[in-house]
Amino acid sequence: MTNADTAGIDNKSATTPESVINITDLKKSFGSQEVLKNISLRLFTNENLVVLGKSGSGKSVLIKCIVRLLSTDGGSIDVLGSDVGSLNEKELAEMRKKIGFLFQSGALYDSMTVKQNLEFPLRRIRKDLTEKEMDEKVKEVLENVGLADALNKMPSQLSGGMRKRISLARTIVVDPLIMLYDEPTTGLDPVTSDEISLLINDVKKKYKTSSIIITHDIECARMTADRLIMLKDGEVYTEGTINEFDNSTDPLLKSFFK
Amino acid sequence: MENIKKRNPVLKVKSFATVQSIKLSEKTIARTEKANGFLTEVGNISLFVKQLIKGTFSRNFEFNEFLRQCFEIGNKSLPLIAITGAIMGLVLTIQTRPTLAEFGAVTMLPGMVAVSIVREIGPVITALICAGKIGSGMGAELGSMKVTEQIDAMEVSATDPIKFLVVTRVLASTLMLPILVLFAIGLGMLGSWIGVNIKGDVNFVLFFSQAFGHIDFMDFFPALIKSFFFGAVIGIVGCYKGYTAGRGTESVGVAANSAVVLSSLLVIIVDMIAVQITDILL
Repeated sequence: MTNADTAGIDNKSATTPESVINITDLKKSFGSQEVLKNISLRLFTNENLVVLGKSGSGKSVLIKCIVRLLSTDGGSIDVLGSDVGSLNEKELAEMRKKIGFLFQSGALYDSMTVKQNLEFPLRRIRKDLTEKEMDEKVKEVLENVGLADALNKMPSQLSGGMRKRISLARTIVVDPLIMLYDEPTTGLDPVTSDEISLLINDVKKKYKTSSIIITHDIECARMTADRLIMLKDGEVYTEGTINEFDNSTDPLLKSFFK
Repeated sequence: MENIKKRNPVLKVKSFATVQSIKLSEKTIARTEKANGFLTEVGNISLFVKQLIKGTFSRNFEFNEFLRQCFEIGNKSLPLIAITGAIMGLVLTIQTRPTLAEFGAVTMLPGMVAVSIVREIGPVITALICAGKIGSGMGAELGSMKVTEQIDAMEVSATDPIKFLVVTRVLASTLMLPILVLFAIGLGMLGSWIGVNIKGDVNFVLFFSQAFGHIDFMDFFPALIKSFFFGAVIGIVGCYKGYTAGRGTESVGVAANSAVVLSSLLVIIVDMIAVQITDILL
């Protein structure tokens, strides 16, 4: 049974969307530089929310604050009903088990094979699984990302696109409820970028995840977004659907959606 | 009017005093910042050690990773330690022989070399080599894991990186160093036997009976105890430098380099303290 099952999340039957992440007046500074200023946003169940913005607009900082890789300076982050800032270490670990985080660099463990990379979170989060079930699970997610034959390869033997796929497989192997994608298509060619974007949609469909996708790749945004938010200078500049963004006359949006 | 101002001694003194006080303030600020940086580093290391101790005694010990680290540290350092140990014994014997020959005390050579290698040279040279090999390895590995967000990835998959990466490495280096020291001592003595036989003819059994006739348990014991501390220092410094490395790629090199420098220095300091304590107790 997946986490999604246990939470009783079934998007098809949901009539009113329920928020899984609720951020209110979030502030974060590094020294004198204010990176996030009063950010407020909500992520709804089984929704892909794309956060757009120029480099340095605080997009990555935002999702790192959600999993408390970075502490906040003000405001509140509510994830699945828990206030992230007030969680103790144990509660934080429990909360993180429900969140998958795809890092910009992939962050595969260099000293481990693909199989060991996938087993790493599985052994720690899904302790109920037997060795056989674990093997099956690893094979299943590798098939889902189209890399079933990469099982015994080292990360150094993989291309950029393959690393992203394996990294995605490592994230979904524990059936997270929420996915946070940090620049999933950065550094990839257009064809591989499209494949990753399709994979993000597949993950949403198959694992019933709610996702925040941080990107400045418009094609990725077009393919994956249910709703978009544009950040500018650490603040939410505007919010809408892809059609609204496409047809906007706003100069900043136009510069993105040429 | 301007000329009068320039010539006025009171104004000249005042301006001189202002310039000097500004210079003094700048120096004071720079020194305070330096002292502040040092104290911050000491505080950070203390917090790191506190986390390490907490991680060591918490549940779910990462035993497989600990074994892997023991293999990485112990087995992979063995050839280097073995070669260095043997050469150390050989060179020490060749260098000491002429001096002892002057006093007609060549028969003391095995005993003297044994005492030197067991008490001091074996543990310290092994520790310094390990500071270079293991310390830099840990600094660079953890530093690059930090740069490539692998430590963050570990954290978000609900795994404590301190427990998985740091505790296992520090414990492995603490446990493996005394074993490596024993190897270095053994091979050092073998090198010494070869050195003795270059200009003489002493059989293996006689050499070792002479050598071990001069050393007892209380020569071995303090050396082994301090080797544990050397291992802990190398592990802690290597992991600390790597774990707290910056985000840029250059910080990996900085972490590796500073791990070697600091752990080598601390090995010497720990040795000095250990010698003083041994001297007081025995």
